[in-house]
Amino acid sequence: MNIVEVRGLTHAYAKHESPAVDHLDFEVRRGEIVGLLGPNGAGKTTTLHAVLGLLEPTKGSVLVFGRSPIRQRAEVLGRLNFASVDVDLPSNLLVAECLRIFAALYTVPDRQRRVQELIQRFELEPLARRRVAVLSAGERMRLKLCKALLNAPDLLVLDEPTLSLDPYMAQKVRQLLRTIQQERRMSILYTSHNMREVEEFCDRIVFLHRGRKLAEGSPAEVLARANSRSLDELFIRAATSGELVDAA
Amino acid sequence: MPPDAGSVTRIAALFQRYVFLHRRSIIRMFDIGFWPVMDLLIWGFMTRYLQQVVTGPVSQVLIFLIGAMIAWDVHYRGQQAVSISLMEEIWTRNIVNLLVAPVRLWEWVTASFLYASLKVVVVTAILAVLAKGLYAFDLVRIGWAFLPLAASLLLFGWSIGLATSGLLLRYGYAAEALIWGIPFLLQPFSCVFYPLESLPHWAQGIAGLLPSTYAFEGLRRALQAGSVPPAIWLGVIGLNALYLALGAALFVWMFRRARADGRLGHLGQD
Ligand SMILES: Nc1ncnc2c1ncn2[C@@H]1O[C@H](COP(=O)(O)OP(=O)(O)O)[C@@H](O)[C@H]1O
Ligand SMILES: [Mg+2]
Repeated sequence: MNIVEVRGLTHAYAKHESPAVDHLDFEVRRGEIVGLLGPNGAGKTTTLHAVLGLLEPTKGSVLVFGRSPIRQRAEVLGRLNFASVDVDLPSNLLVAECLRIFAALYTVPDRQRRVQELIQRFELEPLARRRVAVLSAGERMRLKLCKALLNAPDLLVLDEPTLSLDPYMAQKVRQLLRTIQQERRMSILYTSHNMREVEEFCDRIVFLHRGRKLAEGSPAEVLARANSRSLDELFIRAATSGELVDAA
Repeated sequence: MPPDAGSVTRIAALFQRYVFLHRRSIIRMFDIGFWPVMDLLIWGFMTRYLQQVVTGPVSQVLIFLIGAMIAWDVHYRGQQAVSISLMEEIWTRNIVNLLVAPVRLWEWVTASFLYASLKVVVVTAILAVLAKGLYAFDLVRIGWAFLPLAASLLLFGWSIGLATSGLLLRYGYAAEALIWGIPFLLQPFSCVFYPLESLPHWAQGIAGLLPSTYAFEGLRRALQAGSVPPAIWLGVIGLNALYLALGAALFVWMFRRARADGRLGHLGQD
């Protein structure tokens, strides 16, 4: 069984607008890291929202762990977690307090220990007694990732997780996520603009443009098929012409 | 979805989150210690003045003004606490974290009801003590009927708070004004400071549809006659059940609408 199975996913935010996601098909298998890739407005966040049950799509189906994130909401949500640049944690709480509250919301066993362990892994000990409000963007993202790992999810959904990190921290976070992912055979579905990161980090990429899938496969496969040297080049080509294979 | 072993843990965690909002926040402590107290001062001084200039049987009614103000605050603060706890999640852009957590909607709502109740109990206690000390007004004089009637006003506050919360989910910041506006819309028709029969005919029609009207009629009867007639209890219980059901239905409906058009994931980001 696939961890995520998306079939014919179509969503229009308003009735007469062109859809933000248009007949999208893809899946995420167990232990796989899949990157949703594409220019601004390609429909990446919309797709993630459908997977998270935040959005009931206009058409098509989304199954997570073989279940509907809308109709079997609590079951599905208990086994996944999410972090995004656009979503913040409660600013008036202390770092450790915030994690303890979320650990309770996920009814994590042995909460105190779990929180401690993640704080150490993400090097947040010096900040544990600070208020979330005073953290820098990078520190905040590390905290969001801690929160997203509290329930040892089978599926981790990340929306541009490394956007606010400096290159050193981004590298560290990728390594850490890789390690955790391999320890637990966790699946990761994530979006990014950073082409280098995607090439290095993902087992498979799904390239979106204006809500449609332009290409899918391992980074190397996609590059070879498009006859391109780097995903960066591919990205710019897609954004300007809407095609992956150079017309010239 | 039915409760399970984790429900209590989740409700307790959310309740704690809302109570923690009051730490290190002067603005939020104002909700408890400042605005209600200022209201009490105005009504208290006015009552004192009216007692000086008016003599005769009306003075009974005047005594009640302070009690009425305190009882209205039960409804008003209760309603606000429910909507503000949701608004807070939108302001701090934390709402999506809750929406993707395995928290049931009813657990979330229960936590905000509990928070509203705690807030109301604290505010009422402060006001009761001040009213006694400053104006020699004793809430106890209303008798035991005060407790169920005040509880019914809190319940009505929950219902309105739930309905406003639904509109917040659907319309985001655009619905924010409702949190502050709806109490002002309801107050004139709730017969807080004057009896139902003193209203013009058309206004009596509206007043009769609000459970708060029956609660205030009941409070006046309790103070004057020492007992509350069954017809009033019937109005209080029946209408509150109706409004709670309507509030819950609107909340769930708006949640589903917001999920169907994709707004839910973008709350607080526009
Ligand atoms: N709440 C919304 N209302 C209307 N249109 C939206 C909303 N959210 C996103 N869109 C539109 O849907 C398209 C896809 O957006 P999104 O999924 O956020 O793209 P990405 O994450 O790839 O940048 C964009 O054209 C965007 O303008
Ligand atoms: Mg996006």
